[in-house]
Amino acid sequence: MATRIALQQVLARRSLVVASTSRTAAFSTMTKALHQHQPQHNNTNNTSSSKSEPETHFGFQNVPENMKEALVKQVFANVATKYDVMNDVMSGGVHRLWKDHFIRTLAPTPGTKLLDVAGGTGDIAMRFLDYCKETHGDNTAQVTVFDINPNMLQVGQERFTKTPYHNTSQVSFMEGNAENLEHIPDNSMDAYTIAFGIRNCTHVDRVLKEAYRVLKPGGRFMCLEFSKVENPVISKVYDVFSFDVIPAMGQIVANDRDSYQYLVESIRKFPPQKEFAKMIKEAGFTVMGQGYEDLTFGVAAIHSGFKL
Amino acid sequence: MSFRIIPSRNINALRQLHPNRNRLAPCATLFTATLLTAKSLLEAPTSKLYPGHVPISPLQRGILAVGSAFTALANPLRGDMVAALGETTGGMFLERIRDQMLLDPEGRRILRERPVITSETMQLDKLRELPDGTFGREYVRFLDDQQVSPDTREPVHFVDSEELAYVMQRYRETHDFYHTLTGLPVTVDGEIALKWFEMVQTGLPMTMLSSFFGPLRLSHEERKRLFDIYVPWALENGSNSKLLMNVRWEEWFEKPVEQVQRELGVQPCPQV
Repeated sequence: MATRIALQQVLARRSLVVASTSRTAAFSTMTKALHQHQPQHNNTNNTSSSKSEPETHFGFQNVPENMKEALVKQVFANVATKYDVMNDVMSGGVHRLWKDHFIRTLAPTPGTKLLDVAGGTGDIAMRFLDYCKETHGDNTAQVTVFDINPNMLQVGQERFTKTPYHNTSQVSFMEGNAENLEHIPDNSMDAYTIAFGIRNCTHVDRVLKEAYRVLKPGGRFMCLEFSKVENPVISKVYDVFSFDVIPAMGQIVANDRDSYQYLVESIRKFPPQKEFAKMIKEAGFTVMGQGYEDLTFGVAAIHSGFKL
Repeated sequence: MSFRIIPSRNINALRQLHPNRNRLAPCATLFTATLLTAKSLLEAPTSKLYPGHVPISPLQRGILAVGSAFTALANPLRGDMVAALGETTGGMFLERIRDQMLLDPEGRRILRERPVITSETMQLDKLRELPDGTFGREYVRFLDDQQVSPDTREPVHFVDSEELAYVMQRYRETHDFYHTLTGLPVTVDGEIALKWFEMVQTGLPMTMLSSFFGPLRLSHEERKRLFDIYVPWALENGSNSKLLMNVRWEEWFEKPVEQVQRELGVQPCPQV
């Protein structure tokens, strides 16, 4: 309950930084919570005296670091049931093409053990198992779907009950924080994927370090994430689409404008392709060529690194 | 289709609308006006003006209007979509309602004092103690029967003016009073009949859309009953009665319902 109020209050205080638009979003129910917020994770008050607290970004807003996790958790609890529908609506189904290409780029071999982090509703895990079955006729591939949010995991589990992988050892579900994979031993995974999840993590460098730890030598790290569009014309169209169309669709389909406003803002805050590739190298991965591949003019990008 | 959309008795009722009080306005000019007067299609015209305000660009307004229209038609239980439709299309018409409120002394008082209708301000317990047959008692009975409360109305988000946002809020909050006044039930056809009534009174495009497309959701008998009985009643009473946005409902609670109806010029709806 306190986290819900925290989320509402933070979203109510959001003020826009992007120069081309001037919108500030707050619903009246949330501004009621504005002055009543008592953060449950830290014991500082929520006025501007957060200099002692490290801050991070939550969309275009700055929040204390230890609040971001709870806020993101609330966002995904809100969107979990409509997550797949909204993905289709927002990308016109193109996200499916991105994910198909992602798994083909991974090109898993028989018997691969995959850790799919932020795997939530299971899109990547399902494609991974389907690829192994169809391309290699293999039933020994295994995937662990790992997510911080139990609601998303539940949607994933329900989706998997309708597949032939239900009740087999090929898929398992684990709840946890990507920054701390404590229950997963070192050097145990052949591949690590994180699709559209890493930008929601508070400490991206810790996620990358943990990814390095759990991969076997020769293992591959792959990340599919929204990225920066370089082409100025398409970038403008993309901005209009992101800031006008997507929140309106979130309102219409899911009655939740704020979560989708957070989504488009968090995309703008994530480091661009080259910078992220640098972070991957700094975590110890060996990167081939540029280390990334743009999809759809840079709307999304696949980053890849090997543990050698 | 076996029914005629506007039977002749309704056309006669439309013709008899008092000329000075013809509040039906063309909808097409609304979007043209927005397009011509907007500074930019992609930029919100104002910043946040009141709690709950979500400034949106004209492009987003258009998307929301179309999207909410289809969603509300497909799923009328999505109250937030009905509300969004009203707010995104209401623009010019809220100004007209506000201007008409300014012409009436009770309306001016409402705009100045801005009373809000919630379960606290309505003091529902005191209303329950009023004698049967009074407006307040029947209003609470209506709320209890339908198991709704005045607090469940969606707040206003997309109106770009503080005063007009209040007008929209007032229009929404007084909806339950219209039910009590007219005696219309909270069934789909009762709500559509009330939308016809409101369309004649206020001219809001949302009422027009509900009036013309809502009946598509009804069965044949319900539609026949709607256009045979309810719509003629709505057209006649909507135009002959006082503009109900000007009524300070809070002061009418102790009067008997028949007296309220007589003073406002509304006949109770025909019972079927």
